[in-house]
Amino acid sequence: MLLALLLVTSVSLITIDYRGAGDDQSPLDRLRSLAAGVFGPVEQVAAAIASPVSDAVDGFSRLGDGEGEAERLRQRNQELTRRLRTSELDRNRAAELDALLHLAGAGRYRVVPAQVIAVGSAQTFSWTVTIDAGTRDGVRPDMTVLNGDGLVGRVKTAGRTTATVLLAVDPDSSVGARLEGSMEVGFTTGQGIETGLDLRLLDGQSSVAAGDRLVTFGSQGSTPYVPGVPLGVVRSVQGSPGSQTRTAVVEPYVDFSALDLVAVVVQPPRKDPRDAVLPPRPAGTPTPTVTVTVTPQSDGGG
Amino acid sequence: MAYPRAAVAVLLVVVALALQVTLLSRLPLPGATPDLVLLVVVGLALAEGPAVGLATGFGAGLAVDLVPPADHEVGRWAFVLTLLGYLAGLAQAETRRSAFVPIAVVAATALGSVLLYAGLGALMDDPNVTWPAVNRLLPTAVVYDVVLAAFALPAILAIARRVHGEPQR
Repeated sequence: MLLALLLVTSVSLITIDYRGAGDDQSPLDRLRSLAAGVFGPVEQVAAAIASPVSDAVDGFSRLGDGEGEAERLRQRNQELTRRLRTSELDRNRAAELDALLHLAGAGRYRVVPAQVIAVGSAQTFSWTVTIDAGTRDGVRPDMTVLNGDGLVGRVKTAGRTTATVLLAVDPDSSVGARLEGSMEVGFTTGQGIETGLDLRLLDGQSSVAAGDRLVTFGSQGSTPYVPGVPLGVVRSVQGSPGSQTRTAVVEPYVDFSALDLVAVVVQPPRKDPRDAVLPPRPAGTPTPTVTVTVTPQSDGGG
Repeated sequence: MAYPRAAVAVLLVVVALALQVTLLSRLPLPGATPDLVLLVVVGLALAEGPAVGLATGFGAGLAVDLVPPADHEVGRWAFVLTLLGYLAGLAQAETRRSAFVPIAVVAATALGSVLLYAGLGALMDDPNVTWPAVNRLLPTAVVYDVVLAAFALPAILAIARRVHGEPQR
């Protein structure tokens, strides 16, 4: 009896939300932002606890079994190792921040830095993360999110202290892309975290090749994507020149499985930075060989 | 008597959900994410029967639907977990017979959760739900959940039984 009631409730909720999704004002969005307001801080605390948890486990695992000088020294040693590791973590984070500031500076983006605090589980079939910056920090829906390596995604919804980011590898996200040094444009569509991006070029004649690099083309009014953000490197091209459209597999610059420090572009650049934000080409080595070696060939799942 | 039980269930779900989105989903595991929330629902259902199972499932599912970074239609996980909580509760009597029953239930619900959620998505033309994606999730979901259950399920069952006031075996 109760089973039927609750199942029907679920289905009607789905229907309400599904219908409302079209005119982007679902009555359930209120509920959603309420949940974000309540659970966002919980996630922030949990994330703060979760990261040093493994360190703490290391440190405490041998406490209390036996006494004496050797034990004391061993604990001291562990404590120092732990501190060393933490400072390594700090150094890592500083390097990330450096890269981020460098990229933001090169593109003249005004950014708000944020930390990824929660990641959606794979079973939801969507690739979204929560960051610890919200409307309080000037973050609004449809703002570009990037990190020191390139484009991360765009803000989907923003709560007061947290925001949800739709990653560029989500099949729902489609980004205007431009080949480096040319005006060849196309769209990338997310293929999931393990596959990367699919590039579809508008001009069937275009001469795209493995190793070509992509930046964002920039959306109308820089919403949701600002121009010039590094996207990725073309790994392989499908279809022959002259076919209707050409598609290519793109390996994103950003490692989406290890997102940590990101930044939300709160103000787009006044001028399109063109290719200025792309990292310098490695001197000497031809780029194609560099990109091809990373390809995992035995990934049967596709 | 019912009040502390509900409070404990809510607490378990909140803790599981917080751990799930901040820790488990960030582990560099290929395929699925270990589903601690599902294990809480299954655990409480196995300990207390189908009624508690479906109520917990609905509450936990709604929480999963609403808590950021959720981006799908609200109600999808609520539907899935209500049904699975009820079905897991039906196996309550069997748990005393063999230690393998809870493991089998976890494996079956892990499989069921991916399939049901994907099925609902397919009904709504969710572009993210594709066969390759489902295929990649299924085996890993079962393996991770069973492995996680070996650690988490005894704890959840012990908490549920203690609150229930039942003498421990």
